[in-house]
Amino acid sequence: MIPMYKIGVLGGRETVMGFKALGLEVYPVEDLDEARHTFRRITAEEDLAILYVEENLAEGLKRDIDKFKDKPNPAVILIPGRDGPLGLGLSALSAAVERAVGTNIL
Amino acid sequence: MATINPTRMVLNQMKGRLRTAARGHKLLKDKRDELMRQFMDVVRRNRELRIKVENGLTEAFAALSVASAVMSPDMLEQALVYPRQSVSLDMGFKNIMSVNVPEYDFHTKSAEPGEIFPYGFAQTSGELDDAISALSGVFNDMLELAQVEKTMQLLAQEIEKTRRRVNALEYVMIPDLQKNIKYISMKLEENENSTKVRLMKVKEMVLQDAHHFEY
Repeated sequence: MIPMYKIGVLGGRETVMGFKALGLEVYPVEDLDEARHTFRRITAEEDLAILYVEENLAEGLKRDIDKFKDKPNPAVILIPGRDGPLGLGLSALSAAVERAVGTNIL
Repeated sequence: MATINPTRMVLNQMKGRLRTAARGHKLLKDKRDELMRQFMDVVRRNRELRIKVENGLTEAFAALSVASAVMSPDMLEQALVYPRQSVSLDMGFKNIMSVNVPEYDFHTKSAEPGEIFPYGFAQTSGELDDAISALSGVFNDMLELAQVEKTMQLLAQEIEKTRRRVNALEYVMIPDLQKNIKYISMKLEENENSTKVRLMKVKEMVLQDAHHFEY
């Protein structure tokens, strides 16, 4: 049996709820502190491949998230929360382009 | 500058290093260009997917909001608490220009589209069905987004590294070596000239002593 990897979703209870029905591992959190603790705990696990993080938590978790930018595993991906996209995902994209090219060419 | 010895051996060493540096520079530059080409493709794809996923999720969440308005929170939670579906993810690695990027391959336990609903239809509203199917529709794109976004991050890191190396070679290493080589060869030439002049002078003196010779 090949080791199977997990997909996690970290976010507010209401955001996360829907993903549970899809069979993903969900981690509902109430506030930023709890989110930080949970984030550290679950990213320490070996078999986590993808972690979706709700955008409104991302600002507070920036440091922790940035640590995983250069590692192949796990992939930390921002998803919009219930209030709709905040544009953080797209700005992360521009940041990556800027990092690679030196200037923002988009 | 003062630390280098103007000798032939050091000159040869420097020339060898310059050759290596120039070759390395060319190779790294090629690597950077190819990485950049791949990177731009990935960025474009990432952009597309991100917009698609964000729109899809917004829709799904809106549907979920409607569902939670229609149903009581307890009922809603109860309906979703035991997922029937489960997703297993397989991860491999692909090599793009010596950057290892992950490749995901996922399997859902049950392939039937009707099986995504983890609850009976009797006690739940139709709105919840809409929300869940919208969510599962966007999930495929979410997975691809994860792969593409991670690839993009890793490529960006590698490009940054390569770019720095190229610049260090181009603007520091190679000009330095060229300067040193020029310095040493000038110094050697100077030494040669002064030796020649000294020999000529000695010869003149010797000739004068022996034969009272004068030019």
